[in-house]
Amino acid sequence: MVSFFSNLINGLSLGSIYAIIAIGYTMVYGIAKMLNFAHGDIIMIGAYIAFSVITSLGLPTGLGILAAILGCMVLGICIEKIAYRPLRGAGSSLAVLITAIGVSYFLQNTALLIFGSNPKMFTPIIPFKYMTVKIGEFSFQTISAISIVVGIILVILLQTFINRTKWGQGMLACAQDRGAASLMGISVNGTISLTFAIGSAMAGIAGVLLCSAYPTLSPYTGAMPGIKAFVAAVFGGIGSIPGAMVGGLLLGVIEILSKSYISSQLSDAIVFAVLIVVLLVKPTGLMGKKIQEKV
Amino acid sequence: MKNSRGTMTKVSRDNLGTIIMLAVVFAAVSAARAAGLVNSHIDGLLVPICVYAIMAVSLNLVVGILGELSIGHAGFMCIGAFASAFFSKLTAESMGAFPRFLIAILIGGAVAGFFGFLIGIPVLRLNGDYLAIVTLAFGEIIKNLINVFYVGRDSRGLHFSIEGQMALGLEPDGEMIINGAQGITGTPFDSTFTVGFILLMISVIVVLNLTNSREGRAIMSIRDNRIAAGSVGIPVTRYKMLAFTISAVIAGFAGALYAHNLASLIATPARFGYNMSILFLVFVVLGGIGSTRGAIIAAVVLTLIPELLRFLSNYRMLIYSIILIVMMIVNWNPTSRAWIRRHITGRFRRGTGAGEEG
Amino acid sequence: MALLEINELSIQFGGLRAVDDFHLTVEKGDLYGMIGPNGAGKTTVFNLLTGEYKPNEGVIRLDGRDITGLSPAEINRAGVARTFQNIRLFRQQSVLDNVKIGLHNRFRYSTAAAILRLPSYFRTEREMDEEAMKLLSVFGLEGEADTISANLPYGKQRKLEIARAMATGPKLLLLDEPAAGMNPNETQELMEDISYVRKNFDMTVLLIEHDMKLVAGICEKLTVLNFGRILAEGDTKTVLQDPEVIKAYLGE
Repeated sequence: MVSFFSNLINGLSLGSIYAIIAIGYTMVYGIAKMLNFAHGDIIMIGAYIAFSVITSLGLPTGLGILAAILGCMVLGICIEKIAYRPLRGAGSSLAVLITAIGVSYFLQNTALLIFGSNPKMFTPIIPFKYMTVKIGEFSFQTISAISIVVGIILVILLQTFINRTKWGQGMLACAQDRGAASLMGISVNGTISLTFAIGSAMAGIAGVLLCSAYPTLSPYTGAMPGIKAFVAAVFGGIGSIPGAMVGGLLLGVIEILSKSYISSQLSDAIVFAVLIVVLLVKPTGLMGKKIQEKV
Repeated sequence: MKNSRGTMTKVSRDNLGTIIMLAVVFAAVSAARAAGLVNSHIDGLLVPICVYAIMAVSLNLVVGILGELSIGHAGFMCIGAFASAFFSKLTAESMGAFPRFLIAILIGGAVAGFFGFLIGIPVLRLNGDYLAIVTLAFGEIIKNLINVFYVGRDSRGLHFSIEGQMALGLEPDGEMIINGAQGITGTPFDSTFTVGFILLMISVIVVLNLTNSREGRAIMSIRDNRIAAGSVGIPVTRYKMLAFTISAVIAGFAGALYAHNLASLIATPARFGYNMSILFLVFVVLGGIGSTRGAIIAAVVLTLIPELLRFLSNYRMLIYSIILIVMMIVNWNPTSRAWIRRHITGRFRRGTGAGEEG
Repeated sequence: MALLEINELSIQFGGLRAVDDFHLTVEKGDLYGMIGPNGAGKTTVFNLLTGEYKPNEGVIRLDGRDITGLSPAEINRAGVARTFQNIRLFRQQSVLDNVKIGLHNRFRYSTAAAILRLPSYFRTEREMDEEAMKLLSVFGLEGEADTISANLPYGKQRKLEIARAMATGPKLLLLDEPAAGMNPNETQELMEDISYVRKNFDMTVLLIEHDMKLVAGICEKLTVLNFGRILAEGDTKTVLQDPEVIKAYLGE
């Protein structure tokens, strides 16, 4: 029982990180109507920024986290402006997808040139003596608890932002109908930039959390979590923020539990198999809306 | 007066052009090799280029002609590679090189096609991005399963396990055929540029002939308008399956070619993961979506670029990514596209704009 | 026996009964019209009839055979072909190929014959070309056989859609607002085409139309729908004079 609970906590913690990444995926998909395959690599860049500020420059942890968030934000906005915006009128989501893959290669290879291919040891954001929490005979890592709490806070903040502010409403409007939104005086370009800024900032946070929980950092660190988060977003119903949250958490729990109880080698296969089953039963994901095609 | 025969001759002239182009390139490269003009780096790339070109043809059938996004095609290549290498390894001593490789290629295609069919049954009910993610999932599952698959042989016959090498209980003189994450080692080096070229040619002819037929029109009608296709009696699922299965068979051929060019065949993410599937997708999209010729050219150029950029050493993959982004933007940005149309003519862009609904 | 018989047909979207207790009998050779204000459920009836939507209740019989709940492709093979309100052509393919796709189930050869270019491929393709050209010339499109269908002018796109539907060899042709977006000349031409098809192919036609002139000009019988229910039915003259119908169309 004890080990089951700590596995569950680990799963929820990993799941929270997936969820934070997945939310970025889902927002960009919902509003810019594209699969941003470079999203996973923004996580990696965020982690490298934090690593450079904290470990290389020796500045305080908080500053490192802040730099990661801001850096990713700026990066996200630039990527969108330079690489994706020119293709917005192209009418092919595939073309943008491939460009995103190009951006992904670009980020990985830039990191490779600057930091080299040897993995870096990431200094966790928690001082060593507070690394684990014990409650009775039940113990878990502090970073797990932090990940879960941060995940919940971010979702609440984001939902409030979207539902309560005019920028958030603008995002919803663009998600539904870009043309109509622009007729209503909403700046579509501005809204999409904002979406990328928020999504990338969250990726930066996810990068710091991920590398605190699994402290090796390489140029390819972001790729697999990125794909998993994409799966989580589809799992929950792509385009839906609560869906991404639920999808991410479920994915994390399934992954950790199958690693502990079934096979560590097959855990990815199990995660993907569950995804397939979910999509076959509910083709638009757990919380996605079914849209009847107009004939 | 133009008539229907005019249409057919125009299309077949175009297809003939593709085939002649391939034959000329093959003859030129062969001549250059015979004259010793090809350096060893490029020479080593000839078989991989054929593999990637075949994969581009295969994926173009699904993405460009059927109009469905697949990002798990490396999985079919993986199945073809392991199935064929498994066969070659089993029969390495008992068969001559030629019949063995021929059968190995057919087995690679057949097994991949079988899995394509099997996976297609549930998957092809989905559409668009959901179909794409499920193909990605299948690709990853295949790679993952092969990594825990152990097969050994001793005097008592074949032994299978997913536990590990020890669980096979081999006799001391037993031989590992598939060794889990270490894959298959010692597959005979049967792949040559000529075999690769022949396989590419067969794939191209199959796809072009299929496209330009009753079956192909039915497949393209699904891409252009699924609802209208149903309304004129096209069995949509059947034709999706047909395109998907044929595409998987061709991917299996590519896998067989790939496997017999390697000393050790391992299902690593770099070789058979989604990254690879995505690379194939890049070929198809860059080649103009729906254009078999374009997909082949893109595969060849993108495989050669890193080699040609070798002098840039560490910077080459960075430059490669920038070239990719710039090519995509130039190719697809509405303004630059209109400019290209006006100034360089649209002659080479027959397939442009295809699959936009997919 | 009537060619088409629909009884007690209903479908619900959420809480909305888009079509409610609909019935219709079309005899062989009829040119039957269905009219009604926007949102009355006309296209929904077509979508039910062609299997795009599955009805909650009701039975649809074609030539006595129950076709309720079959897939669109099966219903087409049973003998119902249609056009769409918002034209649905195979836009990237030539005019000729659009019609040849319509011929798909009437001319066959195997996949192997296609890939290996066996004699049956050439023979059947030639037959298909001839048949398709014949149909195109009925609609005056033979000169555009090689044009990519997306590049046709609007009026010709609508005609091509009818030609494609006819290519499937239907017993019943459903036309969803065939004259929408056409100018008076084109509408006139279209009316002639419909009459021609009906006579020469012995076709039964059921059409939805807003253009009253077209409806009054060629339909012999009408059903008027409003809010998903039948408001009036019968022969055209009587129906068009029905005060309920006039009210629904012209408002209070």
